[in-house]
Amino acid sequence: MFFSRTLLKRHSVLPGFDLALGFTLLYLGFIVLIPLSAAFLKTFTMTWPAFWDAVTSPRVLASYRLTFGASVAAALLNAFFGLIVAWVLVRYEFPAKRVIDALVDLPFALPTAVAGIALTALYAQNGWIGSHLPFKVSFTPIGVFVALTFIGLPFVVRTLQPVLEDLHKEIEEAAATLGASRLQTFTKVIFPIITPALLTGFALAFARALGEYGSVIFIAGNMPLVSEITPLLIITKLEQYDYTGATAIAVVMLVSAFLLLLAINGLQAWTRARQGR
Amino acid sequence: MSAIPSNPSAQLTARAAVAPRNLPEATTEPAWVKWLLIGTALGFLALFLFVPLAIVFVEAFKKGAGVYLAAITDPDALSAIKLTLIAAGISVPLNLVFGIAAAWCIAKFDFRGKNVLLTLIDLPFSVSPVISGLIYVLVFGLQGWFGEWLRDHDLKVIFAVPGIVLATVFVTFPFVARELIPLMQAQGTEQEEAARVLGANGWQIFRRVTLPNVKWALLYGVILCNARAMGEFGAVSVVSGHIRGSTNTMPLHIEILYNEYQFAASFAVASLLAGLALVTLVLKFLVEQRVKSQLKVQERSE
Repeated sequence: MFFSRTLLKRHSVLPGFDLALGFTLLYLGFIVLIPLSAAFLKTFTMTWPAFWDAVTSPRVLASYRLTFGASVAAALLNAFFGLIVAWVLVRYEFPAKRVIDALVDLPFALPTAVAGIALTALYAQNGWIGSHLPFKVSFTPIGVFVALTFIGLPFVVRTLQPVLEDLHKEIEEAAATLGASRLQTFTKVIFPIITPALLTGFALAFARALGEYGSVIFIAGNMPLVSEITPLLIITKLEQYDYTGATAIAVVMLVSAFLLLLAINGLQAWTRARQGR
Repeated sequence: MSAIPSNPSAQLTARAAVAPRNLPEATTEPAWVKWLLIGTALGFLALFLFVPLAIVFVEAFKKGAGVYLAAITDPDALSAIKLTLIAAGISVPLNLVFGIAAAWCIAKFDFRGKNVLLTLIDLPFSVSPVISGLIYVLVFGLQGWFGEWLRDHDLKVIFAVPGIVLATVFVTFPFVARELIPLMQAQGTEQEEAARVLGANGWQIFRRVTLPNVKWALLYGVILCNARAMGEFGAVSVVSGHIRGSTNTMPLHIEILYNEYQFAASFAVASLLAGLALVTLVLKFLVEQRVKSQLKVQERSE
């Protein structure tokens, strides 16, 4: 009875509020909140200089540069090609379109370890794709970029598709009537409408890439200071029983992820406002 | 007033003569642009999706069906498959119950703090898999909060099956709730209230009114939850301890084989998971069609 007396904004005849909310909070607390707080509490046992040293050593800084840099690059590539893929899937008819549309979700469904070994085999110097490229991909930072592109691929497509489907043909007709060329209609009319969704998709792909581990470690080569991503560094520290060092880096990653989550929530609200919902 | 044409019918015929040629071009692109865009999109998808998927099966059967069968019937592989099924078999039902409870209070009631709760439910999606494993090490590991107590009572969570299950529960936490909440919010509370007024109890309302309305979305959430549970790598890797035949799941078994240069065997086990991913996509596609047609029926009846 506690929750229904204190939290409910208006009375409801439906039963089960106390039980459902009670279970939800209990489960959320035990599975998510208490374990997550363990990471933050662990870093409070460190002195500030010790924490600062742990999260800014040259090897850690190099891993931030690689992780953030490759994630931004992969999300940018996905924003560009994702827009084209979403446009093609919404606007045009071509053979096997529905199968291709369904396959866009593959990176959500395919386990990251499977993606990792498949991409490594493809982009290795004797692989199907790697053997045709003039530069090395597997076991370099470019490999990290390739893996992060794969896992971020569906986000831009799936956030843009519903927005493109909802576009009213009338505004494009109006633009054409007023003398705009097709390119002008796209850059001055369509693009401003889909910008919030495009940014949301970019941010989602970026956020996913930041924490990615499974698909990257096979293709990256994992050389310290060169091709070592931050999540791998956390595992390396754990294997050396440096729990505080691992947790300090984890807290930096958690805070960046939460800030991104806030930004994404803001972007999604903007998308809805643009669409007039 | 001189701007108004003196002979409207002449103007109309003039426009009609021009219209058929100009209209299609107003909101579509020239054919060469269209096919250039389709080609670019398909090229990108082929490079990053289709070819990586194909190579899993090609590499798996490269050394023949004998090697393939030997790899997936190897005792270590079978025990990895068993552990993967156990982890998914426990975490999916748990998150299903949670998803229903969370969706019931969030979608059917209006209470303070709802938006905070919604954000917290999504939290596991923004946590790196590696960190998802790490936090359980900090709680249950030997140096962790309950480490000594667990050791004294001869219980093992980290580097054992319970840790793998916990990490899997964490990474698949939001899936069912996320599918149910928006749909149940859109459906409102009128039908449930009517059932209540007619004398149904809570369980009857849920089983006879709510459940039939959300069954496809529920199934969709379970499918996604299961796919992630069976394929999780990073979080499980941190808590597993990689003991062959005991705490190895399928993705971890793939890693071990790969690092031992047993590529054909590694891709053979990977092909099982790739097959699961394809089945997941097919089911997802079928369920999406159902949800779409259900929404259309609802829109029409409103």
